[in-house]
Amino acid sequence: MHEIPIDLLIIGAGPAGLAAAIGAAEAGVKEILLLDRQDEPGGILQQCIHNGFGLKYFKEELTGPEYAQRFIDQLDVYPQINIKTESMVTKITPDRKVYALNGRSKLNCYQAKAIILAMGCRERPRGAINIPGSRPSGIYTAGTVQHLMNIYGLSPGKEAIILGSGDIGLIMARRLTLEGIKVKAVLERLPYSTGLNRNIVQCLEDFKIPLYLSHTIIEIIGKKRITGVQIAPVTTDLQPVYNKAFLLPCDTLILSVGLIPENELSLMAGVKLDPNTCGPLVNSFYETSVPGIFACGNVAHVHDLVDDVSIESKVAGQAAAAYIQGDKFSSSFFKVNLGRNIRSVIPQYVATNQPTTLYIRTHFPEKGVSLKIGKNRIQQRVVTPGETIRYTLSPEKLKEFTNSITVSLEEETKID
Amino acid sequence: MIETDILIIGAGVVGASIARELSRYELQILIVEKEVDVAFGTSKANSGILHSGIHDLPGSLKAQLCVRGNTLYPKIVEELNVSYKNNGQIIVARSPEELPILKKLVQQGRTNGITGFSELSKEELLQLEPNLSTNLAGGVFVESAGIVIPFDLVFALTENAIANGVQLAIQTKVLNIVYDKKQFLVTTNRGIFKTKKIINAAGLNGAKIAALIGDDSITIHPRKGEEYILDRKLEGLVKRTIFPLPSENSKGILIIPTTEGNIMLGPTAQEVNDSTDLTTTAAGWQEIFPEVKSLMPSLKATDLITSFAGLRASGNTDDFIIAHSPVSRQFINVVGIDSPGLTAAPAIAEYVIELLQETGLQLKEKKVFNPYRRLIRMQTLTREEQEILMKKDPAYSRIVCRCEQISEGEIRAAIRRGATTLDGVKLRTRSGMGRCQGGFCTQKIITLLCEELNILPWEVTKNGPGSEVLTRSLRNK
Repeated sequence: MHEIPIDLLIIGAGPAGLAAAIGAAEAGVKEILLLDRQDEPGGILQQCIHNGFGLKYFKEELTGPEYAQRFIDQLDVYPQINIKTESMVTKITPDRKVYALNGRSKLNCYQAKAIILAMGCRERPRGAINIPGSRPSGIYTAGTVQHLMNIYGLSPGKEAIILGSGDIGLIMARRLTLEGIKVKAVLERLPYSTGLNRNIVQCLEDFKIPLYLSHTIIEIIGKKRITGVQIAPVTTDLQPVYNKAFLLPCDTLILSVGLIPENELSLMAGVKLDPNTCGPLVNSFYETSVPGIFACGNVAHVHDLVDDVSIESKVAGQAAAAYIQGDKFSSSFFKVNLGRNIRSVIPQYVATNQPTTLYIRTHFPEKGVSLKIGKNRIQQRVVTPGETIRYTLSPEKLKEFTNSITVSLEEETKID
Repeated sequence: MIETDILIIGAGVVGASIARELSRYELQILIVEKEVDVAFGTSKANSGILHSGIHDLPGSLKAQLCVRGNTLYPKIVEELNVSYKNNGQIIVARSPEELPILKKLVQQGRTNGITGFSELSKEELLQLEPNLSTNLAGGVFVESAGIVIPFDLVFALTENAIANGVQLAIQTKVLNIVYDKKQFLVTTNRGIFKTKKIINAAGLNGAKIAALIGDDSITIHPRKGEEYILDRKLEGLVKRTIFPLPSENSKGILIIPTTEGNIMLGPTAQEVNDSTDLTTTAAGWQEIFPEVKSLMPSLKATDLITSFAGLRASGNTDDFIIAHSPVSRQFINVVGIDSPGLTAAPAIAEYVIELLQETGLQLKEKKVFNPYRRLIRMQTLTREEQEILMKKDPAYSRIVCRCEQISEGEIRAAIRRGATTLDGVKLRTRSGMGRCQGGFCTQKIITLLCEELNILPWEVTKNGPGSEVLTRSLRNK
């Protein structure tokens, strides 16, 4: 099969891929190809018609499609960036061959000097969380319903219940309400919401939608179309209390029960994953365990803000440029260790001489704690699993470390 | 009024196998199916195992037809292009005390006429299947067992039968049957059909259908089986179908590799009263998971992608009931077909034809019988073949289901072959069966169904009327 040589191949033309392409072009890469399986670039942003995007990156409030368009428009400045839509990558090899089916009847093989993985994530479906009951119609993941409503202009039902209080679930609660669909409840298995606080206020409280914390669905009811769900409170170890179950009728059930980075292609390329982020292990340059293969955006770890995706993806694009141009990266890295109440930190390896922003996620919410990184302690008013903590290690700060960096949250009284 | 020689009630694996076998002969044949698609009853939820026949009581119809059916499959799957693998089965003994029971089972298998056994020591067992628990005492490997995709088989049998002149009426529910000495008048929601003979392959409704002619000899007990499916990334973890020793009312809870690379865990065996109860339960999972984990410790609940339940249509005799009705010899009951019904199905078809001949049916072979069904599965083509196909029809280069990599061309073809619902497309193509469970492709498939069938999005159903997936347009309220 004829191989098409290319400097930089980016898989996915969503916010991560677009920013990475621009970062690489700015850094002088001559030939950049973005492949995307959808029929237009922009990724999931195209169906996120609500506002709240760009406050950090553009210092103004944009909708998802507006945010995406800012990047798509920038592509005109860089003729070295090409996009092929309706192109589905089917295979990547560790020596950076990429096989892709393109929607106009061809199977192509590219030999890339560098690859950036920017495939994003997918939603966890019903089967993965094993909700008992029947299998009627009217059960959707939040993203599917968002696509059906915002792209296709179709209504899923009349009375909905949402399981999971992550950001997409909250956004969809408001969206459904605005379209005249009654949202009877948002259920959350945990004792706190995993979404951004601003979304709880703006999407639930403003519309008086009840949020049931520490509740889950124990049975789906309905033969052809869903007619209701059995709901039960859960104990502190998340076990349903069956004798306190109650029925809530509905004709639509929307699941917002977690996002999974889509790393099937990464694994084919031999990229090692972090069990905590479910994305590739990366260093300060967003380079994975396979030289010349980089990863950024939701494929690396699930973000709460797209602005952070753009920032980190630009870094990845610049790093890929440096790799293609033969520049030497730092060869020594500090491994990041997870301390108390830290679920994940990205990047997992910090270059000893490179200023690096750490994106930190916690296991559980708490108040009155300080983030402890080496000698540095930063007071946190409140931390929750739904909100990323960001911390930038400057070259000055990096000097104090010798072989690893431990990140932890410590109760303030315990700090010496 | 449609007049036929033979009317088959039920388009599951039994009805479809009989129809296809009869389509070799000069006969007018009609299948009526109450659901919106074929295979939508018990067959849809079958485990897909082609059993060896080791489990069946010597002398029973089950033993006779299972062993015979097993030998017929390689040719059938070849002709019909159905996913199949002769992967063999291993029955394991958990402890030395179970080894003598295993020996008895082998003896039973030999009596049933099966060959190709190997008794396995603990070490040999682990050599064949390294991921099995090291706590098992030994096992027996039976060569002839295999796996097949049960609904694919039924679609293939039906399509091939139709290609050979059989008529199929879906969404056609039998309401009444009158016999006037020479023929039956079968009243359905879609009109009255005249037929000389009836084959009752109505599965869970077999007793109700028999009762329509006054035959009260049959009782059907729905027995529910829950199955849980794991991500395809585990392909290769187990190659052969793993059985514990059988329990009182089932072959036990199994680890089943599917032909498509998933692993299936189950089934349970629970008597239920409601013949439409297809719920999975927390209790079912709690029964299955520790059981399979004790056989294969590396199995993880986090690899689950979906689950389903099916109802076995068990009869009241502990054996298949395949006989002329005591009320009329022109009415043949083929009911109580629980496990190993799928394996036995081609042999059941042969057996039923013998019964038809006993009541004077003259069989004259057709001059032209086409035994083949051809189907395009992109994943099974070589790169060159894919290129040619994509050039001819670019729809084959547009991937709709990203997890299973199913193209728009395959989905359009499935709709043209008879799928009218989301489930119909899913079962024919695997689109939506992968790890995202339709999260990304459902909306595209809705559009394709609308285009191909010329219907509106809110008329698209999951599996027939009442299961519409959308309510209205947001644009014109």
